[in-house]
Amino acid sequence: MCVRGLSKSYATPQGPLPVLRGVDLTLEAGETLAMMGESGSGKSTLLHLVGALDDADAGDILLDGVNIAGLPENGKATVRRETIGVVFQQFNLIASLTVGENLAFQSRLANRYDPDWMARLTQRLGLDNLTGRYPEQLSGGQQQRVAIGRALAARPRLLLADEPTGNLDEPTGDAALALTLELVAETGCGFLMVTHSVRLASRLQRQATLAAGTLIST
Amino acid sequence: MRQICWTLAALASHWRKHPANLATLILGLAIATALWSGVQALNTQARRSYDSAANAFTGGKAQNLVAAQGGLFAQDLFVALRRAGLKVSPILEGSARIGKKTAKLIGIEPLTLPRDVGLAPLAGNRSATGMLTGDGLSYAAPGTIRDLGVLAGERPLTDAGFKLPPLVALSEAPPGAIIVDIGVAQKALNRPGRLSRMIVAPDMRIDATTLTEATDRALRIVEPEEDSDLARLTDSFHLNLTAFGLLAFLVGFFIVHASFGLAFEQRLPVLRTLRALGVSARALVAAMVIELSAFTLLAGGAGVIGGYLIAAALLPDVSASLEGLYGAQISGALTLDARWIISALAMAGGGALFAGASGLLKTFNLPVLSVARPIAWREAHRRYLARQATFALLSLMVAVLAGYFADTLEGGFTVIAASLLGVALLLPLALEALLRIGEALSKTPLSRWFFADGRQEIAGLSLALMALLLALATNIGVGGMVEGFRHTFIGWLDQRLVAEIYYEAATPHDAREIEDWARKDKEIVAILPVWRSKTRIGDWPVEVMGMTPHTTYSEHFPLNAATPDVWRMLHEEDAALVSEQLARRLKLSPGDSFDLPTTGDSWRLRVAGIFPDYGNPKGQIRLDHTRLAQHFADASGIHYSLRVAGDATTRVMTRLQETFGARIARIVDQAEVKKISTEIFERTFTVTTALNTLTLVVSAIALFASLLTLSNLRLAHVAPVWAIGVTRDRLATLEMLRILVFAAGAALIAIPLGLFMTWALVDIVNVVAFGWRLPMHIFPQHWLTVFATAQVAALVAGLVPVRRLARAAPAELLKVFANER
Amino acid sequence: MNARLFALLLTLSPVAVNAADYGWLGEAASGFATPKPGAPILFPQDHAAHPGFRTEWWYLTANLTGDDGKSYGAQWTLFRYSLEARDGSGWDNRTAWMGHAAVTSATEHVFAQTMARGGVNQAGVDNPPFRAFIDDWFFEARDAQFTAGRLHARGARFGYTLDLTRSGPFVLQGDKGYSRKAGEGQASHYYSQPFFSVDGAVTIDGQKIHVTGRGWMDREWSSQTMAPDQKGWDWFSLHLTSGDRLMLFRLRGAQDYRSGNWIAPDGGVTQLAGEDIVFEPLDHTSLEGRALPTRWRVKVKSRNLDIVTSALNPKSWMGTDFPYWEGPIAVSGSTRGEGYLEMTGY
Ligand SMILES: Nc1ncnc2c1ncn2[C@@H]1O[C@H](COP(=O)(O)OP(=O)(O)O)[C@@H](O)[C@H]1O
Ligand SMILES: [Mg+2]
Repeated sequence: MCVRGLSKSYATPQGPLPVLRGVDLTLEAGETLAMMGESGSGKSTLLHLVGALDDADAGDILLDGVNIAGLPENGKATVRRETIGVVFQQFNLIASLTVGENLAFQSRLANRYDPDWMARLTQRLGLDNLTGRYPEQLSGGQQQRVAIGRALAARPRLLLADEPTGNLDEPTGDAALALTLELVAETGCGFLMVTHSVRLASRLQRQATLAAGTLIST
Repeated sequence: MRQICWTLAALASHWRKHPANLATLILGLAIATALWSGVQALNTQARRSYDSAANAFTGGKAQNLVAAQGGLFAQDLFVALRRAGLKVSPILEGSARIGKKTAKLIGIEPLTLPRDVGLAPLAGNRSATGMLTGDGLSYAAPGTIRDLGVLAGERPLTDAGFKLPPLVALSEAPPGAIIVDIGVAQKALNRPGRLSRMIVAPDMRIDATTLTEATDRALRIVEPEEDSDLARLTDSFHLNLTAFGLLAFLVGFFIVHASFGLAFEQRLPVLRTLRALGVSARALVAAMVIELSAFTLLAGGAGVIGGYLIAAALLPDVSASLEGLYGAQISGALTLDARWIISALAMAGGGALFAGASGLLKTFNLPVLSVARPIAWREAHRRYLARQATFALLSLMVAVLAGYFADTLEGGFTVIAASLLGVALLLPLALEALLRIGEALSKTPLSRWFFADGRQEIAGLSLALMALLLALATNIGVGGMVEGFRHTFIGWLDQRLVAEIYYEAATPHDAREIEDWARKDKEIVAILPVWRSKTRIGDWPVEVMGMTPHTTYSEHFPLNAATPDVWRMLHEEDAALVSEQLARRLKLSPGDSFDLPTTGDSWRLRVAGIFPDYGNPKGQIRLDHTRLAQHFADASGIHYSLRVAGDATTRVMTRLQETFGARIARIVDQAEVKKISTEIFERTFTVTTALNTLTLVVSAIALFASLLTLSNLRLAHVAPVWAIGVTRDRLATLEMLRILVFAAGAALIAIPLGLFMTWALVDIVNVVAFGWRLPMHIFPQHWLTVFATAQVAALVAGLVPVRRLARAAPAELLKVFANER
Repeated sequence: MNARLFALLLTLSPVAVNAADYGWLGEAASGFATPKPGAPILFPQDHAAHPGFRTEWWYLTANLTGDDGKSYGAQWTLFRYSLEARDGSGWDNRTAWMGHAAVTSATEHVFAQTMARGGVNQAGVDNPPFRAFIDDWFFEARDAQFTAGRLHARGARFGYTLDLTRSGPFVLQGDKGYSRKAGEGQASHYYSQPFFSVDGAVTIDGQKIHVTGRGWMDREWSSQTMAPDQKGWDWFSLHLTSGDRLMLFRLRGAQDYRSGNWIAPDGGVTQLAGEDIVFEPLDHTSLEGRALPTRWRVKVKSRNLDIVTSALNPKSWMGTDFPYWEGPIAVSGSTRGEGYLEMTGY
């Protein structure tokens, strides 16, 4: 993945609010990057742009050589389905579906459902006995593991996570991250994680800080 | 107090952020109130008009005297009675065309008019001076003056070319009537020296013997109670209206309930915070009650205005059908009445309070510390479905019980209401089942999600969907009844109205002369006297009519049930044909015997047959012509039917009119009678249909409102799916599809429910209310229309919320994931 | 002079007036005849109605004694009033008729009112022989000479039928039948028959009592009878023990207008000058919120008459459409007697 000169500002009643002012970032396959920064510095914004969830004002986002910044809605949806996995701090499970269905949802949608991989993933995430349950019947850590599993089920090229452990207590969060890193290594995808925690960030290969609308590697 | 003020401010801020929710709430309440109060306004107006009409000549207690055999009588009888010391006052009534309107012209004599009848303001010397000097004066109610399209002070010109005295507004005047001096009336109506009735001073009672002595049987006493039959006869009509009003209110109430529920859910965090900040539960509830009261006033006020408009729009049809069906004159100008305004506001307040009650209760019991546990919607949903099922079963049990035990109008409506409610409550369960099946059958993850998520949506939409179901079922039910009635009625009219000409002679004497003349006319094939009298069986007014032996009857007269030799029996034995409503009331079948009160006696008769008599609020008995004359000394000899050859109808009518002029009081041909009859019924059902349509519109609004308020919540459900890679367009399509599926489900259930309702209306309500049973008709093409209507309603209701989703900016969807939430 | 005239005029007034406001009667009555001094009054012709005049009445009051020894009074009145000068037949007739009847005892005063339109024979006056009627009430003469007659009326609580026998001539009141009512020329034609003896029966609340006594008939017709400032009047008709009869009235205005006639037992009449007559109310009775003088001191100076009249029943209130006081009175003082008193405009 390669991001060049990415800019984004939000329209507010007080006029446009520039959040990203030319962000450059490269992330190779298999590479892991922790993104830090003050609250409100634009970390989520950047993640959303990279995840084809929002439109940038200017700049390029190249994923496997395809510039997703210029894609229409349809193309973006395909990218989200097939190339990217996202894990949010909360709210990303589909409440009306069971754990098993949630896990398989994206991969089926992307037509990349692989029962072996699914089984292995489920087993690795320790969700074997929980597939029949519904999200609200799980603990926070279990829910987040489902989210990670779902994001990885379609074997995305890039895994994005926005403070994935923010809602979890420290040991649970640590365990979830460890598991994620293992699975990332296994699939060989890139991993971009937003976090506040220097401790967690240090467990990733690279670290960067977003400040004043630009990304500074550390 | 300050606590409540600040709490109110905090609560109100919610509405600022969710104006659509607020609008729904107000709209729902306003519409519910409007429909209810509109119907109430119509009822109040009608009842007031009956009172004023009944009181005009009786003041509720005065006797009236009329010609024993119907028609008019000589004014000499008035002078004779006065000179005999009986305090009577002469009246001549008739109708006069003024431009396009027909007014009832009432001639009174102000000096002898009793001082305590409804027209009392016109009694006495001062009124006499006004009416009898200069151009004189005419009086009419302000509404009547408006209806006639004239101004007070103007002199209306009748189509017969008579210039009435200048009009003065008099609120006591009966609706639709112009009151003039008796002399003016006799000229305007071309009835010199004739009267139609006399009012007896209320402090005097005349008994039949005195009257017979004084007038030699020429007159008959009408007791004051007889006129108030009007109120009783029209009761069922008004109950019908009320029932529809209530139904409409119910539908509106569903909206209010739904929006309150949503508002409560949405405000739960605010409520918790307020409690945590030290606002007492009492203050919180007080603030919410104040808020509710404000809504009541706002929405109730709007509802009253809306109700007024609805009533004003429907009034012409209501009054036309009441006049046609019962001869009741209703003032065409709606008068505002404090009573129905208050009742409407009370209804709005009660509705709001009831709709908000669960929220208030929950608020009162709200734990200060929220349990930070994700809402276990599945558990809640199960409980919700169980509750629905329980209430549904209870309702259905009530319906069954009511159907079993009650044979009253209220019972009939209870059956309908309870079954409607019961099935409506079952709707979420049915939809749940439908979605489960869909889920089980679906192959792709998206279709699975489509169904699975739909189940979650049911709870939020159920009230609106229930409202839609009710509206659809009512539409099918009432539509089926009305349509069935139209079929039956028109067929029946064709059979019943065989004679070509119907006329009424001015007096029995004129009738004899016309009869003699008619016998010589070559184009008149048969003269069928239809003499009539009146009696009462129990407290029910019954018309008694004569029939001559003729093929017109034996070949055409429609019968529901009869003895094998019905016509021979009718003319050769003490036998009668009994109208369906009377037969039902007296529980008579062909072959049974009953006692008919005749003039001063009673007559045992056998039932030869039972005939349908749709639309007649009174009972009717048909007897052999000569037997009728023997037993009813006072039988009117003025009503006749004529059979004429081929196409001679117009010619014969012209000849009759030219020969006899004013000696024929009324004459109409068959086509005219049919036209009038069908018009009356069409107009009666215009009201029903209008209320029906309004109810449907309201339910569509309910659906729209619910979808609109839900759309915020829906975003949270849709966002994860979108994030995973489904386009907004696709999601929007699915959302719309789901709404259509729901509406389809509601419509599918509405069809059998509607059929049941038709059955209940035809078999229970109509029978009790009107005394006749219609054959049940089924109209599948109507079901298709209703199904399509439901789909269109859902489409229209879903359009805005779904478009909002399709157009939602990514940022809006992303907010769902924002960590700062 | 007669209060019922005023009452009638008021009831028929198109103008809203209150009972004490008689002002509009001062209006000229256009289109109607005006009473002329010296116009002859002829019998029996003048028993009939005078449609050229706006208003007219036939009335009879009777002081009676019952077989039970108690005193009674009876009143019978028929008013005629033209609503407008234009007239026609049938309902186009513009005459209104009103009947008042009453029976008074020391404890009861019962009355009735009835109305009729002219033109349809519900009410009217035939002559000769004279017969005035409205509904089933009538006042009729047996012959053209009115040697005897009969009277009948009936209300919800009472009724009477009285036979009359005349024992003296008809009497022209005022100046040969021309009776002035004010200084400015308002007047009426006025004659009386104060020489009736009465025999008959009255019924009150179902109780029938045979009665005998004396009757006084009054006939008056006019078109405009009051001066603008006049508010009402007090009128006396008296049978004195001497056999003399006396008619006195006063119209209460800016200045009282007093007049009267002394009738000798043979019917000879003398008109009394206003200054000759003194009225002095003694006691008042409160009725319907008004104070009515029901005991009077009356003097006719030229005749040395100084009497006190007291009402048989001070509550002889005629609560008709336009109410007034009318009832039998007893005379004491310089002479004794009996009669009727009528008071309006209180
Ligand atoms: N939809 C939006 N509209 C307007 N401003 C927004 C929107 N989303 C985020 N912002 C603003 O943009 C800035 C960056 O937000 P975000 O990317 O969520 O920061 P971070 O994730 O680093 O805390 C913040 O100041 C936030 O208030
Ligand atoms: Mg963030």
